[in-house]
Amino acid sequence: MADKKYIVGIFDDEDDVMHAIGNIRGNGVKIHEVFTPYPVHGLDLALGYDRPRMGVAAFLFGITGTSLAFLLTFWTLGVDWPMNIGGKNFFPFPTNIPIVFELTVLLAAYGMSFTFFFMEGLGPTVKPVIFDPRSTDDKFVMAIDLGKNKSSEGDITELLKGNGATEVNIKEI
Amino acid sequence: MQVVSPIREHLVTGGKTYHDVTEDICRHVESKPTKEWKIAFIISVVVLIYGASWVLWTWWEGLGVWGLNKTVGWAWDITNFVWWVGIGHAGTLISAILLLFRQKWRTSINRAAEAMTIFAVLCAASFILMHMGRPWLAYWALPLPNTFGSLWVNFNSPLVWDVFAISTYFSVSCLFWYIGMVPDLATIRDRATGIRKSIYGALSLGWTGGAKSWARYEDVSLILAGLSTPLVLSVHTIVSFDFATSVIPGWHTTIFPPYFVAGAIFSGFAMVQNLMLVTRVVYKLEDYITIEHIGLMNKIITVTGSIVGVAYITEFFIAFYSGVQYESYAFLNRATGPLWWSYAAMMTCNVLSPQIFWFKSLRENIVVSFVIAVVVNIGMWFERFVIIVTSLHRDYLPSSWTYFTPRMGDIGDYIFSFGFFFTLFFLFSKYLPVINMAEVKSVLKSSSEKTTEEKEVSAH
Repeated sequence: MADKKYIVGIFDDEDDVMHAIGNIRGNGVKIHEVFTPYPVHGLDLALGYDRPRMGVAAFLFGITGTSLAFLLTFWTLGVDWPMNIGGKNFFPFPTNIPIVFELTVLLAAYGMSFTFFFMEGLGPTVKPVIFDPRSTDDKFVMAIDLGKNKSSEGDITELLKGNGATEVNIKEI
Repeated sequence: MQVVSPIREHLVTGGKTYHDVTEDICRHVESKPTKEWKIAFIISVVVLIYGASWVLWTWWEGLGVWGLNKTVGWAWDITNFVWWVGIGHAGTLISAILLLFRQKWRTSINRAAEAMTIFAVLCAASFILMHMGRPWLAYWALPLPNTFGSLWVNFNSPLVWDVFAISTYFSVSCLFWYIGMVPDLATIRDRATGIRKSIYGALSLGWTGGAKSWARYEDVSLILAGLSTPLVLSVHTIVSFDFATSVIPGWHTTIFPPYFVAGAIFSGFAMVQNLMLVTRVVYKLEDYITIEHIGLMNKIITVTGSIVGVAYITEFFIAFYSGVQYESYAFLNRATGPLWWSYAAMMTCNVLSPQIFWFKSLRENIVVSFVIAVVVNIGMWFERFVIIVTSLHRDYLPSSWTYFTPRMGDIGDYIFSFGFFFTLFFLFSKYLPVINMAEVKSVLKSSSEKTTEEKEVSAH
């Protein structure tokens, strides 16, 4: 992989970083990503990301669960081996609601979570690129890819410092 | 900018910074086990081994080692199962329902409560395996085809619903707990060195905390909470169907689902209260689990205890109002029959004892909270015992009326579940972060003592 050079700005407070994002993007500088120790609300929108749509995955997996559970109970008790239980219907719908509900929830929860792991590239063998290890502790870390920006290293450093970054480092990957 | 009224109590006291939060929580994971922890852990393991020998004996010898008889065919085994499942409701309630209600005080207690939930459900599941007598055939409860020697499972049976409900609840709770822990495991990874770095590195799945990841993560958490909320309510509803769909007087009541769910939240919060009161002292987390948290927990205990009380009285009234003599007798026998003492214990522990929390001084007293939480869990165990045994021991045929006395098999199996529960809890409290650091940090700015003081100063 070709060496990439990043400028890493370190901020001490969520309000500083939020404020800086607006100014930096306003100056036409593209931000690679901002790493925070906890979810900062509105950060994704400030960076111009779309709203997450994990609900779509949950819905699709959920509806798959509903259908599979329905098929399972209907086929086993209604088609494959119908049993006469107290002279009732072979497939009484209300008594199948618990199973259908549980399998819907199970598939929706697991399907969505594994979609999330997949989309984020998360897994036990993943070696993450960590711009600054303090970003999981108490710092708000902004990474700017030099190769994707026209501004010079010095300009971006100045811009970061002028917008409240307490530290600016260079990181090559 | 969020402004919090100064009247509201601080969720985090002691002027903590983000880094302090990391230090305070990671310290226990990173340091060597303390002497107290080792002693407590060894005691739990000894209890576990002692109990496990009884469980093995139960499987070797058969269910005859229990005190069951021809009339009372279900007693401590199912009582313990329902009790543990009930306790296992608090974690998901705290993390899911309180998340949906945006109750920020949940952040300090949700991690430990969810862990407790998972361990309690495992204890409950162990009683299902004990019930089976031949646990190596447990897979017969799964929908397997006829070639295995029997028909398909009966999907109309509440016992099959139980299999699905408990296993779904367990799996989804584990997932919710684990996903919630990923960012904190990454924090530990970034501080660790050597072999610990690789272990926590693998566990944290390569989490970096980018803005995109957090946005999706928050979305996932919210949807999981939305899925878990009906799930947690469905689980105890289905457990109550084990009784409610039968035709035994005293069990065949439509009030069971909501009444069981309220009771489950009640006992679960009591268990969380017990564990948190000990954890906050042992791990010196008084700044995170404050008196405010204890008071809020006690309020929920009082509310759910009162709901349960109303359910007891309603049941009694309906038994009389129904005009069914068997139903009326079942309830009269509960309160005044030979097992009256268990009914009295249930009423006193569950309905009367939490009422002292109407007084603020008692609600915010640590010793009183601990004692009442223990009393509540004793009461909730008796509730299940009352429902199950008193409804069975005097059946339709007076010549078969009998009394239930537990034998060592019943007691030993119950002891096993305590050993199992505490062994797992001690392992969790040593090797994983007991408080959700990321979530505590996210409320620090709006609700900590330090920042609100700063805001007040800057406002002048």
